[in-house]
Amino acid sequence: MMKLWFKSGSPWIWLNAAAVSTCLIMVIAVLVLVFVRGMGHFWPAQVTQFSYQEEGKPLRIIIGEKVDTSITPAIMAKSTGHKMADNEDTLVQYLVKTGNRDVTGTDFRWIEARNVKEQSDPDTMMVVERREWGNFYGQLLEVKENGKTIATGEQAMSELQTRIAAALVVFEKITQLEKKEIGAINYGLERLRLKQKKLQLENRWNSDTEKEFAAEKADYDAQYQSHQAELGSLYKEIRRDSLVAKTDTGASITIPLAKIVKVYQPNAMSFFGKVGFYCHKIFEFLTDEPREANTEGGIFPAIFGTVMMVIIMSIIVTPFGVIAAVYLREYAKQGFTTRLIRIAVNNLAGVPSIVYGVFGLGFFVYILGGNIDALFFPEASPAPVYGTPGLLWASITLALLTLPVVIVSTEEGLARIPKAIREGSLALGATKIETLWRTVLPMASPAMMTGLILAVARAAGEVAPLMLVGVVKLAPTLPLDGNFPFLHLDRKFMHLGFHIYDVGFQSPNVEAARPLVYATALLLVIVIVVLNLTAIIIRNRLREKYRALEH
Amino acid sequence: MSEIHPINNPPSVMEKSANSYYQRWRMVKDSLARFGVIAGGLSVIVALVLIFFYLLYVVIPLFKPADAEATAHYSLPEAERGKTVLLDVEEQNEVAVRFTDSGQAVFFEVATGKPIANQAIKIPTGAKVVSFSQGSPISEGAVIYGLSNGQAIVVKHQYQITYPDNKRLITPSLKYPLGEAPIVVDDKGAALEKIAVKVGDKSTTIVAKTADKVRLLNIEKQQSLFEDEATLNRTEAILDVPAATITDIYIDKEERNLYLVDNDGHLSFFDISDKTAPVIRQNLNVVEAGAKVTVSTFLNGDSSLLIGDSTGLVSQWTMVRDELKRPAMQKLRSFKVSEKAIVAINPEPRRKGFAAIDANGMMGIYHTTSEREALKEQVTQALPITAALSPRANTLLVEASDKNIYVWKIDNKHPEVSIKSLWQEVWYEGYAKPDYIWQSSASNNDFEPKYSLTPLVFGTLKAAFYAMLVAIPLALMGAIYSAYFMTPMMRQYVKPTIELMGALPTVILGFLAGLWLAPTLEEHLSGFFLMFMLLPVGVMAFAYVWYNLPKHILESIPEGWEAMVLIPVILLTGWFAFAISVPLETALFGETLRDWFKNQWGIGYDQRNSLVVGIAMGFAVIPTIFSIAEDAIFSVPKHLTVGSLALGATTWQTMIRVVLLTASPGIFSAVMIGLGRAVGETMIVLMATGNTPVMDLSVFQGLRTLAANIAVEMPESQVDSTHYRVLFLAALVLFLFTFIFNTLAEIIRQRLREKYSSL
Repeated sequence: MMKLWFKSGSPWIWLNAAAVSTCLIMVIAVLVLVFVRGMGHFWPAQVTQFSYQEEGKPLRIIIGEKVDTSITPAIMAKSTGHKMADNEDTLVQYLVKTGNRDVTGTDFRWIEARNVKEQSDPDTMMVVERREWGNFYGQLLEVKENGKTIATGEQAMSELQTRIAAALVVFEKITQLEKKEIGAINYGLERLRLKQKKLQLENRWNSDTEKEFAAEKADYDAQYQSHQAELGSLYKEIRRDSLVAKTDTGASITIPLAKIVKVYQPNAMSFFGKVGFYCHKIFEFLTDEPREANTEGGIFPAIFGTVMMVIIMSIIVTPFGVIAAVYLREYAKQGFTTRLIRIAVNNLAGVPSIVYGVFGLGFFVYILGGNIDALFFPEASPAPVYGTPGLLWASITLALLTLPVVIVSTEEGLARIPKAIREGSLALGATKIETLWRTVLPMASPAMMTGLILAVARAAGEVAPLMLVGVVKLAPTLPLDGNFPFLHLDRKFMHLGFHIYDVGFQSPNVEAARPLVYATALLLVIVIVVLNLTAIIIRNRLREKYRALEH
Repeated sequence: MSEIHPINNPPSVMEKSANSYYQRWRMVKDSLARFGVIAGGLSVIVALVLIFFYLLYVVIPLFKPADAEATAHYSLPEAERGKTVLLDVEEQNEVAVRFTDSGQAVFFEVATGKPIANQAIKIPTGAKVVSFSQGSPISEGAVIYGLSNGQAIVVKHQYQITYPDNKRLITPSLKYPLGEAPIVVDDKGAALEKIAVKVGDKSTTIVAKTADKVRLLNIEKQQSLFEDEATLNRTEAILDVPAATITDIYIDKEERNLYLVDNDGHLSFFDISDKTAPVIRQNLNVVEAGAKVTVSTFLNGDSSLLIGDSTGLVSQWTMVRDELKRPAMQKLRSFKVSEKAIVAINPEPRRKGFAAIDANGMMGIYHTTSEREALKEQVTQALPITAALSPRANTLLVEASDKNIYVWKIDNKHPEVSIKSLWQEVWYEGYAKPDYIWQSSASNNDFEPKYSLTPLVFGTLKAAFYAMLVAIPLALMGAIYSAYFMTPMMRQYVKPTIELMGALPTVILGFLAGLWLAPTLEEHLSGFFLMFMLLPVGVMAFAYVWYNLPKHILESIPEGWEAMVLIPVILLTGWFAFAISVPLETALFGETLRDWFKNQWGIGYDQRNSLVVGIAMGFAVIPTIFSIAEDAIFSVPKHLTVGSLALGATTWQTMIRVVLLTASPGIFSAVMIGLGRAVGETMIVLMATGNTPVMDLSVFQGLRTLAANIAVEMPESQVDSTHYRVLFLAALVLFLFTFIFNTLAEIIRQRLREKYSSL
């Protein structure tokens, strides 16, 4: 029976089926892993108070969020140096986010479950999100204004919330002033300096221009002075209030409201309160600037940078890809040349992305960019303008990288258009380009769209070449702003994929940053999955449509 | 579409004035479009070729030989001030100096030989100069004169750059780092026949040979805590060595090793870490029998000696520690300049290269570690006396016996790279044996960057190998099943899902591999191994049970849904493997598998290792292979399979004997393309390995690939430096790797397509 079974080949078919199942499980597991970890990040976790006593040490209180539980078999625990009693099979440990990095030096600590004497989630536990030093966990004691106590006990929390709201408004104003207004002044001054240098280089610098420039400069200076005065009063206002809180060691600590993003009491929140908080956090994540070396706050600049780069890349890659595909399908004689081109296209698709990065850095940045600088921006020297990695070069490099995707997809679309349609158009007297432009290309446009979407998905996820041609961990300014000429193609930018690499692997506090990396990864995965699914759906529709046309 | 031609002649009735203009315009547009499109199409090839040639263009200067050009010669400036004992050139190649045997320093212009300044060294009356040497390291510009009265004077030549009227002006001067008063080396007043010095901020060591003794003198500056004054602490020792024949003395810049060389080629090597009690370490012969040492010097970094002999050979000797950690001098390599005696050797102050000149005036420029002869050139017709190489190693001055100085401009940009240094084992200074090493970051001038691409290529292939080990079985078996056995209904969803797997950004896979998979794998190593073993067994067992199920249950599930049915089975088996792994481990080894490997087999475990890379990169490569192989299998003409089935073969037999055979070129090309992808993948290896460029086959060790190396080092490499070009070379190697794989795959695929269409 067994022999017969083997002879039928059925076990091998099952084994092959198992390969497919394994692949499916792997894909789904990865997606679920990213999804769960990414979405979990924003949920307000309970803040737990542990009474903790290690062997031979006094009882102490630990306050924090329980982040992770690890169950280690006794054998492994022993090998890593834990003392295990004979009747213990496993060692249960909790990873607790205790925050208060300014006090304790770390954000996290592992505690052993067997040493926890008591644990509870008191409603008064407060989480303070700060602009520096990470989260603070503790209990609110009082609110102070200019060092004088304003509110204590029950009223303190509501008083605190109103004052924080006010402080945030002031903070917003300060950021607006510093970044937008003063940033614009600095930008203007820099332009003025370059203009002056240019005039001097061209020997057109004379007393007239000198006067003109001095006037403009004085104007900027006056603006700056007034902004500075305003800033001074705003700073005075924001520094007025502070709160006093008790840490888990019982020490009290004063936190100025100027340094606070948010205060909340997760244990006291209702379920709907938590949902609201969750949505708010997601919104914040998508729209805020990063804080604390990218490990906290939002990822807006990275989203913005990615989108900008992808748009510019699309503008470059579409015409080239379509023209190449049209050549291959409509113009070229099928023979040696087309074969060569197809090999070239496939090779371009197979060249490692990092090689594109190297090429982009050497050819685009140093050769093209260096020459552009020498020709058009001699006044900026020795500082490079285009002769340094930046948005434009990154976009061009990725356009080159995604070119094969667009070509292949467009070509497939063109191939599916029935011959009869072209013949009909030609028979009516249209020239070849008219046929193409009026009938063939419009019909193939969904295929181009598919190609473009796939190219965008590829570009959005590509990191290796970007590391060489323009992505940075923290860009001080966005590539698009209110200063003339508004779109700054020479600027460096942030990118979602690089953000993941940088925060996950280069950041000093990986443990604290990890949830944020998962959230970023989730966003990127969602974008890419949606783009790919769209492309697949369009492609399938297209196939159906032409199948219908053929009959 | 070549068979369709547009009608180029519209009806003649329409051909009237305004209309004909419009018609002509249409034709012009048409041909313009044609040219535009053709140009656009061909530009794809241009792009590929451009990438290749640009990479090549950056790489080629690495292998170009050096270039030398005679720029000037003039008669010896201030010849009456004595014979030259040392020639030297400052950084900017503008001012040179000639120290003479009468204790004079003559500064002159490099370009013309015009004297700029003369300075006499303050030699006490009655004393005469008997010996001279350059201090160590050479680049600091200290020199020492040994006098006939047992005293010595240390002088430093230095150059101050100022910009009066926006023009560079270099003002040379002399400085006495140990004070203007001569230092008493031999208190009996015996003449210092040979001398050497190392001048440091805190400590200065002088070694001098008198007629019968070799003396070691150390002066240490001790800064007192409260006052600015420093007290000098002097220690002396006498070396236990026959002094008579010694011709050269070398102190390394660490003041730890002392080398004495004599004419007949004996080298004595002392440990002088303790300045009061020098210890002799070794005594050996450094030239062939019959040859004589004619000139010797330190190589940059002071850890190798270059010995030039009368047979025209320059050999590099360095201290190597043997297995017992005992230091011993070892000859690393030698260079044959000519048959004539070597007259001068000038080490490059910033690289491990040197210029050697023989008695015929033939100069050779060499690099020690790359063993490359960059240039050979006749620099003078007369007998050369001494030579100087500028700090940037781009100007050479040669003084010849015809009382002339010859100035040569040298262009030698990348001597440190050769085919040998890139691909073969190289014996670096300070290493016990030749090895493949990649170590590119330089913290100072003495550090020698080590550019061996071999460990990187090794890492690349290792990572690709493990990835393919994971990917090939899964992808090919999956492709076979989904192309041939799966119901179309399920295939419609499975194929896009697996293709989606390929679209996942590698940065996310790398991040998961590094931060999730690696720690998990470390913790549950035994579970993973058990899972790999149990999965096929579990699946087979389940299949057998299924086979024996009653008919009516089997019929309720149509054929082709096996993959769906198996998902819970695989999940259960996986869970089971993890659940029993720990008790099993305890029972079998009594410790964790990781410890067992370490204790029993000596196999260390890195958290981010090749296994992690293999799994993560396998994941990334599966969709590529799957998709192409699946297409190849699926497009095998139906009449072949139907014929086989009609003749009575089972589906599996048909699969193996007919379908796979027909599709095998397509499958091969799928594997090739997958391999190309694995070789070039950057982010996963960057994040999932420790990026250590080691050559170790162990699956638990990290690695560094070409691609990851470029990503890590490119942003900080200086444009057009050797490092930059070597990284381009790495990119070129990657490009060629994938070019070969892809072209091969593409040609096979095109052949296959033709074959199918003819079937």
